[in-house]
Amino acid sequence: MRHATFDNGVVEMSHGAGGRDMADLIRHLFVAAFDNPDLTGEEDQAILSFPTGRMAISTDGFVVSPMFFPGGDIGSLAVNGTVNDVAMGGADPVALSCSFILEEGLPLADLSRVVESMATAARAAGVRIVTGDTKVVERGKGDGIFITTTGFGQVREGVSLSARNGRPGDVVLVSGTLGDHGVAVMGRREGFDFDTDIVSDCAALNGLAGALLDAVPQTRLMRDPTRGGLAAVLNEIAEASRVGITIREDALPIRAGVAGACEILGLDPLYVANEGKLVAVVPPEHAQAALAALRAHPLGAEAAIIGELRADPDHFVEMETAFGGRRMVDWIAGEQLPRIC
Amino acid sequence: MKYVEDFRAPKLARALAARIAAEVESGRDYRLMEFCGGHTHAIFRYGVKDLLPANVRMIHGPGCPVCVLPITRLDMAIALARRPKVTLCTYGDMLRVPGSRKQSLLKARAEGADIRMVGSTMDAIRLAEENPDREVVFFAIGFETTTPPTAVAIKAAEARGLANFSVFCNHVLTPAAITNILEAPEIRQMEAVEIDGFLGPAHVSVVIGSQPYDYFAEEFRKPVVIAGFEPIDVMQSILMLVRQINEGRAEVENQYTRAVTPAGNAAAKALVAEVFELRRTFEWRGLGRVPYSAFRLRDRFAGFDAERRFGMTPDRAVENKACDCPKILRGAAVPSDCRLFGKQCTPQTPLGSCMVSDEGACAAYYKYGRRRAAPNRREAAE
Repeated sequence: MRHATFDNGVVEMSHGAGGRDMADLIRHLFVAAFDNPDLTGEEDQAILSFPTGRMAISTDGFVVSPMFFPGGDIGSLAVNGTVNDVAMGGADPVALSCSFILEEGLPLADLSRVVESMATAARAAGVRIVTGDTKVVERGKGDGIFITTTGFGQVREGVSLSARNGRPGDVVLVSGTLGDHGVAVMGRREGFDFDTDIVSDCAALNGLAGALLDAVPQTRLMRDPTRGGLAAVLNEIAEASRVGITIREDALPIRAGVAGACEILGLDPLYVANEGKLVAVVPPEHAQAALAALRAHPLGAEAAIIGELRADPDHFVEMETAFGGRRMVDWIAGEQLPRIC
Repeated sequence: MKYVEDFRAPKLARALAARIAAEVESGRDYRLMEFCGGHTHAIFRYGVKDLLPANVRMIHGPGCPVCVLPITRLDMAIALARRPKVTLCTYGDMLRVPGSRKQSLLKARAEGADIRMVGSTMDAIRLAEENPDREVVFFAIGFETTTPPTAVAIKAAEARGLANFSVFCNHVLTPAAITNILEAPEIRQMEAVEIDGFLGPAHVSVVIGSQPYDYFAEEFRKPVVIAGFEPIDVMQSILMLVRQINEGRAEVENQYTRAVTPAGNAAAKALVAEVFELRRTFEWRGLGRVPYSAFRLRDRFAGFDAERRFGMTPDRAVENKACDCPKILRGAAVPSDCRLFGKQCTPQTPLGSCMVSDEGACAAYYKYGRRRAAPNRREAAE
């Protein structure tokens, strides 16, 4: 299969064997799609000129199943997920590397669609994919496609974000509705037969994070609530900052469709993954400015203040229920859900 | 969601809380057992306890399908799953329940057993059709709510001539368990579980109706209020129980009228009666052997009965001696009484079944209520 068109045919072992087929795949698919001056396909590394200052690096593997889901696919997720991890450190993402593990038999048309999606997402986020790697594993040894991306970003001057920075009295915000991604993926999962018009919120957050930091450079920390959902992020913050957190159930933005799907599936939206939302903790006097900055951005229109940090030697996360009681919001235990990212 | 939210309305909750507070008599305890894990879950998830007076005490009952399955039966399922050519289908909750010798279905799966999580009995039927060379066994657990779907699957397998499908039946009956809690002398004498009234099952009663509870009300002079699973349902039912207790009544009342009728679901009951018959006795975790408390497949369906088909026999189960699940399931202890609770036994590393399912009392305590028992808190432990 010399001059592959990528519209038909499947991934073969030769696509990872270092010969002509691999070179064709790299040149005509990856390099063509990611098109940027730092990626030539001729070198073993990308050489970037990097400004002085602090650099943020983050790496993430993506194994979502199914690989295409409403609102995104494994490609857009692999770009946005890593861009977001870099951006949550107060950094402007600059470049990405990507490593593909392909399963023999994967339709080239699917691979092509994923790669195009990555290129689109990278352009939207303003980052370049500058280097990569491709391996092919035998049929049955993978699940179509696994992607690992590593992101590099320049940390903003004067910004120092850390999960340890929270103090009692600080205010917790989320940038929008919770649980969209997890429900969208589950709606497509085999065995979970339900129709939903919920689409994944998969998006690059660097623009939104930048807007928040422009308005409130005093922001203590940001996190994107992916696996484990809001509950996991709040517990991470509570432990790292050695505080308790109280959130209010009636303040949480949750779409009716997501709430309904969670009701039917027996899930709690607090534990469902998001791929285009951030949680921010800011000093109380800056809470309104932070809320306004988030809401002024298209990705933060439904942002809300959801609670506060408080002194608590147990570092418990609690929720005032809409019903009028209180309950703990613990880490999720185990994982009985399909792969979601 | 609109319909559901009406049953979670804070305003209504406050009004009901005020009524309950006004009507309870001081100097008197109201010990109410919620039989179902679904109620336990709702009470914790919505913080219902925070809205109740101190002398209204909720006692968590054994109505958690995963929790009451004895270790012996789980061990049998694990052993079956390890046989070559067997594909065991199970509801997700069962996967992490600890069996003897630190075994679980999840561990067996990691070690190579073919164990599939299914959301419906018909998923198991589909697997059997798609894999004619595998023996597909459905690990059937649960009360009267999950029994009809198992019957449906067995009938479907018969109609489709599926020779490679069978059911490991562990379906149990709610009324038998309630009677046992009230009747068993060793339980009443040894542990003095005083119960003043019952929150009756919601979904179970949709199937069996409200009539089966008449017996308790009459025989044991205990009020029963069949309650829905939403927090407003629970609050209203507690109020109804408080009123019965105050007035010295012991009746079966139905709060969950939007779903429960006196006779229940006739079609489901007929289907269950066609496929299943009562076992003479069955072991429950925490309650011991309870007469006529579980189903097995009728002889006509013997070919679909995994126990007969594979000659399954119980092995001696090994319980963790420090685990208080049995007492907790009888309502004789609360999770924080257990020495393992929150220490060796957590949702990540469950040592007892009550810590696994969302409907288990220990999991609910740990997940939602731990703050009350936290060492750094002044709030009284429950």
